Amino acid sequence: MSIFFDKSDLTRQDTDKIVSETLKNCDDGELYLEESKSESILLDDNKIKSSNYSSDLGFGFRAISDEVVAYSYSNEISKDSLKSSSENLKSTLKSIKGTYNHEIPKTNKKLYEDINPIEQKTLKSKLEILNKVNDFLRKKDGSVKQVTASFAGEQKSIEIIRSGGEVITDVRPLIRFNVSVMLEKNGRKETGVYGIGGRQSYDDYLKNDNWKHVCEEALRIASVNLESKPAPAGEMKVVLGPGWPAILIHEAIGHGLEGDFNRKKTSAFHNLMGQKVASEGVTIVDDGTIDNRRGSLTIDDEGTPTERTVLIEKGILKGFMQDRHNARLMNTKSTGSGRRENYRHIVLPRMRNTMMLSGNQTQDEMIKSVDKGIFAVSFGGGQVDITSGKFVFNCTEAYEINNGKIGSPIKGATLIGDGPSILKEVSMVGNDMMMDPGIGTCGKAGQGVPVGVAQPSILIDKMTVGGTKL
Amino acid sequence: MIKDQEFLKSKASYCLDLAKKMGATDASVTVGHSISETVNFRNKSLDASDRSDGLALSIETYLGKRRSSISSSNLLDENIKTLIEKCFETTKITPEDEFNSLPDKDLLAKQISNLDLYDETRFENDKKIKYLKDLEESASSDNQIINTESSFTENKSNFVLANSEGFCDGYKTSSFTASCVTVAKDENSMERDYEFSSKRHLSDIKQATDLGNKAANETIRKLSPNKIGSEKISIIFDKRISKGMLSTFASAISASAISRGTSFLKDKIDQQVFANSINVIDKPDIIKGMGSQNFDSEGVNSNTLQLIENGILKNYLVDTYNGKKLNLKSNGRSGGTTNLYFENGNISYEDLMKKNSRCLYITETIGHGSNLVTGDYSVGATGFLVENGEFKYPVNEITIAGNFKDMFKNIILANDLEFEYSVNSPTMMIEGMTVAGK
Repeated sequence: MSIFFDKSDLTRQDTDKIVSETLKNCDDGELYLEESKSESILLDDNKIKSSNYSSDLGFGFRAISDEVVAYSYSNEISKDSLKSSSENLKSTLKSIKGTYNHEIPKTNKKLYEDINPIEQKTLKSKLEILNKVNDFLRKKDGSVKQVTASFAGEQKSIEIIRSGGEVITDVRPLIRFNVSVMLEKNGRKETGVYGIGGRQSYDDYLKNDNWKHVCEEALRIASVNLESKPAPAGEMKVVLGPGWPAILIHEAIGHGLEGDFNRKKTSAFHNLMGQKVASEGVTIVDDGTIDNRRGSLTIDDEGTPTERTVLIEKGILKGFMQDRHNARLMNTKSTGSGRRENYRHIVLPRMRNTMMLSGNQTQDEMIKSVDKGIFAVSFGGGQVDITSGKFVFNCTEAYEINNGKIGSPIKGATLIGDGPSILKEVSMVGNDMMMDPGIGTCGKAGQGVPVGVAQPSILIDKMTVGGTKL
Repeated sequence: MIKDQEFLKSKASYCLDLAKKMGATDASVTVGHSISETVNFRNKSLDASDRSDGLALSIETYLGKRRSSISSSNLLDENIKTLIEKCFETTKITPEDEFNSLPDKDLLAKQISNLDLYDETRFENDKKIKYLKDLEESASSDNQIINTESSFTENKSNFVLANSEGFCDGYKTSSFTASCVTVAKDENSMERDYEFSSKRHLSDIKQATDLGNKAANETIRKLSPNKIGSEKISIIFDKRISKGMLSTFASAISASAISRGTSFLKDKIDQQVFANSINVIDKPDIIKGMGSQNFDSEGVNSNTLQLIENGILKNYLVDTYNGKKLNLKSNGRSGGTTNLYFENGNISYEDLMKKNSRCLYITETIGHGSNLVTGDYSVGATGFLVENGEFKYPVNEITIAGNFKDMFKNIILANDLEFEYSVNSPTMMIEGMTVAGK
């Protein structure tokens, strides 16, 4: 029995028939069924502020003819509902004359267990940890004025039914634990945020009292910011620390290399394939196959197994990230990058874990080589204008560098650069590649999906820092 | 067809009865249904169509001062029963919070006035296609435009909010949204810009050709931008951006940010926070208003609020929970502002543009650079250099930075307010901000 059919008047046979009949002359398409269970538990202002559980069930039916994508979703799984979606798709694609493409590669490798993290840890023990976080932080530092801590857990089960009756399934766990702390000292307030997560059980991430480490990191960032002075304004050298700062790669390069923007020629990268877009030391991959990572997927949301896609190799642009639709129109293969937030949304080519690989220099060498610049260790979010290539990201922990030495912390500032040229300014690549702690969510066309990033320390020769001090 | 009030009310009362039967001391439920149809065009031909039909349910159960909530899209009675059981079980082990409660009964909305928020007109997909054809025809008439993408969305929604104090009401709303994104290219650059129109009633949507032309013109004028040097300069914010400044202000005066102490506007009631010429109003009863509502997300009646009067902060945005913490009554702002706007300033757009011999006119910002705790602001920006009231050349790859506490006190508003969205502002000038460029 399938979770999708056992409470519905719809049988698998009916479904296969409707799907095959609807898609018979199309170029592509599928029925995507999804059930998700999720929870969020929030401690804030000394109290358990909310505890929410959510369950969602629905389908999205897609039919593609040439460039046109017709999509219809409903959260009612019934024969009537599926038939009316089918009618809706057929009425959109008035003159269908495609050839259905059946080929979907197979995988035997699962990247995470079929677990439901919500049920694996009792609510009581989750509440206990949140209260411990609150007590720990407030006792540790008298200037702590606010603590927010949260658990978010999810289990998403998907089933893809293709024309001809082929069925592909996946069960995806995902958890996140987050701590935010606000300090107040001498009339100044600053916050620090840190979190961890991925596709394992809560306890895999929280063992050995690891929640303490998360608290300490949030507290450390907030304390640094309490001492911060106004950030400089203007072009200067920037050293980025390893790990999470790789959202620079995600914004500056990643989005611009997604297949849809390049098929439509609206990306600043669309005519740069095979050309030098970065310094020679720069190699960037988008990898969906790392065990248990937040951005990893056994199969993407079209059923294609994920892979390690080389985007930039030794400075040369080598590849785009593709879903089936854009790959077909660009005469290439899906890279297993077709993703959607849930059944309410169409599939788009998206990033998974975007990583710049290690070089052979050290962070010390980088800092020592800078007369005047900044050292950026942690970031909030970022954004990019795909077409002009201009991107930004916001520092949440940064320091000035004077004469080769790290100086005072500086206030949060936005850094801005140009995607197609910024990686040519990378003059040193560190030997210390690190993954982020598992907290990233990427937004595109109103859809959020979990992603990861990684990079070593890097030195960028010229970037504009958006501070207030001229 | 959109589900009617009767269907939604029967589901809502089923939930409330069940929760009560299980032993909940109080409960509140929202049931909604929404149907949305979108047609997307690209380069003058059909690109995608999208139909969505979704039910949504959320329930909060109380056991004295304990509370928890669940939400689901599955409205089968059997599923609802399982979920409410789970919700109530969770409620039992959730710690008490003295501020948890339903809204005070005397604050609940008593009567629903007709704000004309629903237009039952069905705009068939063929008509959407015709509209988008006309739109893209005008958007692509200049040969510097190399890509156009546009969409038309029609949405019809209905909802019911009910609680165990006897409140049970809801109403239908509709929205029609047309938007266009164009890409222009010349030998030096490729740029993107947009225009959109979103209305409750179909007949109020902008003409397709006007919308297409506007998007194209906005994009073409950004071509071949320069980067300017780092300096202190006066900045004029296009209405698109100035309204965002107002949204940031609204987040900073939410009772939740105030009670948690995480807002730079905490303890500023009755103090000067804006220049003394500034008035900010939140008005829930504008006929056909995009942000209009009869009551807030807890059923509390919402009246017009003057948030800023002559630069002085008069009110926070108060919901029941945070209101109790702050010892304030809810003013019907659970879920945020309604139709929020700056009153007009007393200088024309033309005079504002000429006020300084040299300034920067910002049409787009990127990044999440507003820190509500400290008031620090730093974002990436795109715009134009203005000299003696005239646009000289486009500017990009710069950042603008300041602190809201200073910025708010230096705001000068033009008198060109229009009610287009749920947040509206005239064109705005702030003197003496920092630009980082070359």
